Amino acid sequence: MAKITLVEAVTQALAYEMAHDEDVILLGEDIGLNGGVFRATEGLQARFGERRVRDTPLAESMIAGLTIGMAAQGLKPVAEFQFMGFIYPAFDNILNHAARLRNRTRGRLHCPAVFRAPFGGGIHAPEHHSESTEALFAHIPGLQVVIPSSPARAYGLLLAAIRSPDPVIFLEPKRIYRLVKQEVPDDGKALPLQKAFVLREGSDVSLISWGASMHETLQAAEALAKENIQAEVIDVATVKPLDLATILNSVNKTGRVVIVHEAARFGGIGAEIAAEIAEKSLLSLLAPIQRVTGYDTTMPYFKLEKLYLPSVARIVHAVKTTLEFA
Amino acid sequence: MAVAKFEIHYHQFLKPDGTLKQDLTKELRDPKRLIEWYRLMTLLRVFDTKAINLQRVGKLGTYPGVLGQEAVGVAIGQAMHKDDVLVPYYRDQGIQFQRGVDFSQILQYWGGDERGSDFNQAEDFPTCVPIANQNVIAAGVASAIQYRNEKRGVVTSIGEGGTSEGDFYEALNAAGAWKLPLVFVINNNQWAISVPTELQTHSQTFAQKAIAAGFEGEQVDGNDIIAVYERVRLALDKARTGGGPTLIEAITYRLCDHTTADDANRYRSKEALEKAWTLEPLIRLRHYLTSEKLWDAKKEEACLQDCRKIVDEEVNIYLNRPMAPITDIIDYMYAQCPENLKEQRQTLLQFGADILGSDHHG
Repeated sequence: MAKITLVEAVTQALAYEMAHDEDVILLGEDIGLNGGVFRATEGLQARFGERRVRDTPLAESMIAGLTIGMAAQGLKPVAEFQFMGFIYPAFDNILNHAARLRNRTRGRLHCPAVFRAPFGGGIHAPEHHSESTEALFAHIPGLQVVIPSSPARAYGLLLAAIRSPDPVIFLEPKRIYRLVKQEVPDDGKALPLQKAFVLREGSDVSLISWGASMHETLQAAEALAKENIQAEVIDVATVKPLDLATILNSVNKTGRVVIVHEAARFGGIGAEIAAEIAEKSLLSLLAPIQRVTGYDTTMPYFKLEKLYLPSVARIVHAVKTTLEFA
Repeated sequence: MAVAKFEIHYHQFLKPDGTLKQDLTKELRDPKRLIEWYRLMTLLRVFDTKAINLQRVGKLGTYPGVLGQEAVGVAIGQAMHKDDVLVPYYRDQGIQFQRGVDFSQILQYWGGDERGSDFNQAEDFPTCVPIANQNVIAAGVASAIQYRNEKRGVVTSIGEGGTSEGDFYEALNAAGAWKLPLVFVINNNQWAISVPTELQTHSQTFAQKAIAAGFEGEQVDGNDIIAVYERVRLALDKARTGGGPTLIEAITYRLCDHTTADDANRYRSKEALEKAWTLEPLIRLRHYLTSEKLWDAKKEEACLQDCRKIVDEEVNIYLNRPMAPITDIIDYMYAQCPENLKEQRQTLLQFGADILGSDHHG
């Protein structure tokens, strides 16, 4: 079996679901002949036709509105936003309608839609192309926010997102779109939403992350292992709703927690996870929770953007802080 | 060298004095139908008056009146087929009550109860409060209908103030580019809360905003129910048969406040209001029906009595409907309740009933 990248796994999942469900249709800017600016829809228009892979006019709020209207009619639209930095005009319709439709009609209508967007820094992109604002969406009741960090999870989670009867914000960490390759069987098997994944078991500290930062987090765990510090590594994957059980299991075992995310610190998902741990597992903690995050600054332009991304050294340092506490 | 030019047409059958501007087709001349339209407009006006009274005595939340705009709503409701889809704005009670939404449910919605949007017309969207979102969503509904090659149309409405929103233009553009089976109706009631049309746009008409999107826009006398019906009917026929979208600007006048939370006396002159009352839709159809010997004072009184009875019954249903179970606020968020929300559900169960106290009968 050929190994594929994360972005190829996105394409593979879209193709699988389109081949098996006529109700799945794709829409977005440049997703047709061009295959999307990151090629996530490469070849899909040729295979499924212009009816099902639709290049839209250039207007994000309209893309969201189209998606919601289609979903309410029982289609399963998957909308692509070219970069997360351009999704904000759509935020209005996503939060006022997609997120609320089931509740405000008491179940009469619902919104089985996926809103995909590449996000995060580290690819030397222009201004507005590199932010991580998953917390904005996770804050909205009614939405699910899913972030894969490997080709296999991109495939399985995207299938689950498309099949979900409720709207999913599917954020693709573009820095690792092509970083690693992995064998991903095209078997149509979805991974569960609302489930965190333990990527590495360990007993000394729990490293909790998601998205592109998983990569540095795993590297940090590797480095720590050389110093005989065994880190457990958790990919949260679905940041809303959170799989707290998996997180708390780990915390109860290790007693030490470092949360790593690229997004700004204030009000980030890390704060929510820390609060839940404090509420539910305070007495199992042996040291204060540490967060390694982006700064509460505007995302730097690309010459300085590396300063912003959580580095292996910062993660290792945070782990040592928790170990040295007592 | 001119590379593009356009015309906007104005449509009217009934003049304000109730005489005909042009002959009616046989279909439009049908006395039974004209009488039914008059009855529906009367029913709507009786309901509207009652709703505002309910708000004044604390039995309804903020409510947007439709006084003066009855022809637009009733005509659209009459022109739509049952399997067409309505994606309304927030002043469309006049369409909704003809499409399986009970008056009691309209009251329920404005009375602060989500169950008011769980109505029988399964595909229609609920009332849209944020301005112009409904237009882009309607484009999505129309896209789904087009994708499935169904012969159905979609109607979406908006006030003339809402046409300044980006979503309105984005929806027009999408509808034109994709030739969607979609009818836009602008309810130009002259006021966006306190802002008059001349502060809203420098465009000569609102109808011409469709031209830039590549399809037809037209004006219709929004106080002439025959004209509104005919133009919406034709636009829907066109939509259902692959002819693409139409924009209809229905020119009417908001004789009431924006909502019960507004006081139009702050910005609207008495003279303008008096003049607008001479143009309103019920009286002109009544004049016409009377001149055709189809209506008289006795029929008017009987009609009013009948409408009051219907509305009173609906108000009773509304006022006596038991409160929803308190867990409804959680149970419809997702198809499956997430774990963390289950935890919050327990908190709600523990404290919720006490908070609502004796007001809660559910």
